[in-house]
Amino acid sequence: MEPTDKRKHYLNADYGIRSWLLTLDHKRIALLYLISITLMFLLGSLFAVLIRLELLTPAGDFVQADTYNKLFTMHGIVMIFFFLVPSIPAVFGNFLLPLMIGARDLAFPRLNLMSWYVYMVGAAFTMWAVLTGGVDTGWTFYTPYSTTASHSNVMATAIGIFITGFSSILTGLNFIVTIHTMRAPGLTWFRLPLFVWAHYATSLIMILGTPVIAITIFLVGVERAFHLGIFDPALGGDPILFQHLFWFYSHPAVYIMILPSMGVVSEIITCFARRRIFGYGFIAASSLAIAIFGFLVWGHHMFTSTQSVYAALIFSVLSFAVAIPSAVKVFNWTATLYGGSISFQAPMLFALGFIGLFTIGGLTGLFLAALGLDVHVHDTYFVVAHFHYIMVGGALMGYLGAVHFWWPKITGRMYSEWAARVSAVLVFVGFNLTFFPQFVLGYLGMPRRYHAYPDEFQVLNVMSTTGASILGVGYMVPLCYLIWSLWRGAVAAPNPWRATGLEWQTPSPPPTENFARTPVVTEEAYAYPLKEAELV
Amino acid sequence: MPKFSLFPESASTIAGQVDALFFFMIAVSAFFGLLIAGLIVFLSIRYRRRAGSNEAGDPVHVPIALEAAWTVIPLAITMVMFYWGASVYMTMARPPDDAHEIFVVGKQWMWKLQHLEGRREINELHVPVGQPIKLTMTSEDVIHSFYVPAFRIKSDVVPGRYSTAWFEATQVGTYHLFCAEYCGTEHSQMIGSVIVMDPSDFQTWLSGTDADAGMAASSPKDTGQQLFTQKGCATCHRGVSGSMGPALAGVFGRERTFADGSKAVADEAYLRQSILSPQAHVVAGYQPVMPTFQGQIDEEGMLALIQYIKSLPAETSPGPEKQG
Repeated sequence: MEPTDKRKHYLNADYGIRSWLLTLDHKRIALLYLISITLMFLLGSLFAVLIRLELLTPAGDFVQADTYNKLFTMHGIVMIFFFLVPSIPAVFGNFLLPLMIGARDLAFPRLNLMSWYVYMVGAAFTMWAVLTGGVDTGWTFYTPYSTTASHSNVMATAIGIFITGFSSILTGLNFIVTIHTMRAPGLTWFRLPLFVWAHYATSLIMILGTPVIAITIFLVGVERAFHLGIFDPALGGDPILFQHLFWFYSHPAVYIMILPSMGVVSEIITCFARRRIFGYGFIAASSLAIAIFGFLVWGHHMFTSTQSVYAALIFSVLSFAVAIPSAVKVFNWTATLYGGSISFQAPMLFALGFIGLFTIGGLTGLFLAALGLDVHVHDTYFVVAHFHYIMVGGALMGYLGAVHFWWPKITGRMYSEWAARVSAVLVFVGFNLTFFPQFVLGYLGMPRRYHAYPDEFQVLNVMSTTGASILGVGYMVPLCYLIWSLWRGAVAAPNPWRATGLEWQTPSPPPTENFARTPVVTEEAYAYPLKEAELV
Repeated sequence: MPKFSLFPESASTIAGQVDALFFFMIAVSAFFGLLIAGLIVFLSIRYRRRAGSNEAGDPVHVPIALEAAWTVIPLAITMVMFYWGASVYMTMARPPDDAHEIFVVGKQWMWKLQHLEGRREINELHVPVGQPIKLTMTSEDVIHSFYVPAFRIKSDVVPGRYSTAWFEATQVGTYHLFCAEYCGTEHSQMIGSVIVMDPSDFQTWLSGTDADAGMAASSPKDTGQQLFTQKGCATCHRGVSGSMGPALAGVFGRERTFADGSKAVADEAYLRQSILSPQAHVVAGYQPVMPTFQGQIDEEGMLALIQYIKSLPAETSPGPEKQG
C-alpha cells in the first residue's frame, strides 16, 4: 500500500513481523485469521477440484479409491473445522464486535491472540497428517472404522481437530464477555446490531458444544491407541454411542457456520435498502432460538442407524420446529425490502444470493427431517446437495458478502465494483449448476462418498463438474481484484456505503484505539436514512 | 436398470408412499421458494433506488399479526409433514407377520446373503415378486448400510447389533443394491443387485445349488444345529430339570426373568448377547457359570445358531425352567 495519508491507523501503527505476530489488536488478529483461513479455503478447494474431476466419469479412473476417500475426508475436515467454523466469527467478529459496540478491543486481547496460535497449532497437526499420507475416515470419523479399521493418519488429524476446538471455545468466551461488559454508553441490548446478536448466539454454541466434540475425538484417540472398548463392539463398545456424541456437537456446528452469515445479511440488507430491519426483535430472538433448539435435533442424522423409532419421532418433530426460526428470518429480511430505496452493489448481491440459496437449503432440510423420506435420501447426494446449499450457498455467500461490505473499512481501499458484481453472479450461477443436479442424483439413489458410480448417473455429474468450474472462477476473481485493490484501489471514505453502525463512524482503516472518543448511542440499530450530520 | 432418467424406478409397495410424500414436499417447497424469490425480485424492482429519490422511508411498522402468521402457518405445515413422514416410517419399521426372512451379513466389501432354505448368495439377492421379505442384518467389521433405491429402503448394518428392514417387490426386474454408509477403500464397490423374480422362477432358483462349492446348500437351521453340537451347548442346555442352563425349546419370543428381577423378551439381540456375554443377563434360578463364546462363532454362524434355537419347538409344558 502506498502511503496516501500520514494518518496513523492500525495498519501503519507499527511495522515488522513481530508487530503482527505479537499483536494484541483485535483488528490485526482478525487479519492473521483472514490470511490463515484463506489458505485453508484454497487447500479445501483444491481437494474439491480433484473430487469433481474424479466424478466426471463413472469409472474410478482419475485417482485411486484410497486417494479419493482421503480427498473427500480432507475436503470436509479442512473446510468445516479450519475454514467455515472460524470464518466469519474469527475474522469479522474479531474485527467488528469491538467497533460495533464502541469498545477499544475485545475483553481479553491476550486470549484472543492465543486463540489464533491454538488454531495454527491445530492446523499444523492437520497439515502434517495431510502431508504424511492423509486420513480416510470421512470428516464424520464414524466408528469402528475410524478406531480399528482405518490404516490412515487418524491420530494426527484427531489431535489437530481437538486442539483447534479450544480456539473456538476461547473466541466464543471472549465474545460473550465483551458483549456483556463493553458496550458503549446507551447501547442497550435491543439497540445492538443483529450481527452482534448472531455472534452472541454463535458463541453460546461454541462454548457449550465444542467441549463435546473434543471429548468425542479424544475417546476415538483412546480407543485407537489403547484398544479400550468404547465404540467398537469387538472390544465391548457401542458404535452408535459415537454417533450420538459426534452429532451432539456437529449438528449445532452447522449453526456456528450459518448464524454469523445471518448476522451479516441483516447488516447488508438494511444498508442497501436504506431501511430499518423488519422485526428486529424476532430476528434477534430467532438467533437464540436456533442456538438452543439446535442442540435438540442431533438424532436426525441417525434415522437409519438402528436408533429407537420413538427417539426418531422426537428428533423428527424437533427438527421441523427448528426450521421455523430460520423461516422467520427469511420472511423478515424479505419484508425489510418493502418500502426501501434499494441499490445493488456487490455486498447486496451476495446477501440476496444468500437468501435465495439458504431458502433452498432450508426447505430441502425439511425433506431430511421427514422420517419416511429421509430413509431413502439419507447418505445420498441429496444430503450432499442440501448441506452445501446451507454451508456454501448460505455460510460462504454470507462470508463473501461480509468481505465485500467491510473490505473498505478493513483495508481503507475500494475494490472494482464491476468485477465484484461479475463475481457475485458467477458464484450464484456456478453454485446452482454444481449442486442442484445433486438433489436429483440423490433421489435417484446415488450414495455419497462413491469413488465410482453406475453409468446412468454420469450426465448429472458432468453438469455438476461444469458448474464447479464456473464456481471456481467465481471464487478466484475476488482474490485477484481484492489483492489488486490494496495497491491500486481508490481510497475508501470512512462510510462508503452510508451505513449506520458505529464501525462506520471511525475512519477507514480505523485507528488502533478504534475511536478517538467513546461513542454514545442514542438510537436503535439501523436508523435509516442516515442523517447527514452523522457522516464523518 | 435405465441409462439415464431424472426419477428412480418404483418397485416396492412402500416406494409409492415415499414418492407421494416427496411430491407433496416438493409442492410446498416450490410454493414457498417461489413466493420468497418472487417477492424479492418484485420488491427489488418496485423499490429500486431512483436517481434523486428521497431516501427517507416511512418508519417501519411491524404488525404482530403478520409475525404470528408467518410463524404459525409454517409450523402447522411442517407438522403435517412430520405426521406423514412418521407414518411412512412406522410402516417401514414394522415387517408384516407373513414376511419371509433372509439373513444379511455385511463385511468389507461384500454382501453375504442367506435364504432360510439354504441358498447363499454374494452381492446378489434373489427374491420373489409380491412376497414381503424381512432382512435380518449385521456386520462382521464396520458399519455398512443396505440400500435399494428402487425399493426406497435403507438400513444401517451395524456390528454387534441386528437391524431389520423389509420390502415387498412389486415388479420383476434387476435393481441396484448399494452400501450407503462409508466403509473404507472399496466402499463404492460394495454394490450388487436385487433380482426380483416370478414366484415359480424363484422356486426353481431356490432349489438350485450354489455355484460356490463348499457352501453347498445347508440351511441355517442345520448349520446352527451342527454348531450347537460342536460347541457343546447341549451339555448344559439339556432341556431337563436340574440342567446347568435353562432349556432353550420355545424360548424365542418369550419373556425372561433375570436374577436381578428385570425382564426382557428373548429376541435375536438377547440370544446373541447371551452367547457372547452370558453374564449380562442370567436367568433367575441359574448360576452365572456359562463361558463366553466371543471370537468362536462368526456372524453367519451366530445367525444360524439363533435360527436353530428359534426352530426348537416349544415343549408341551410351559418349559422346565423357572419363569417369573
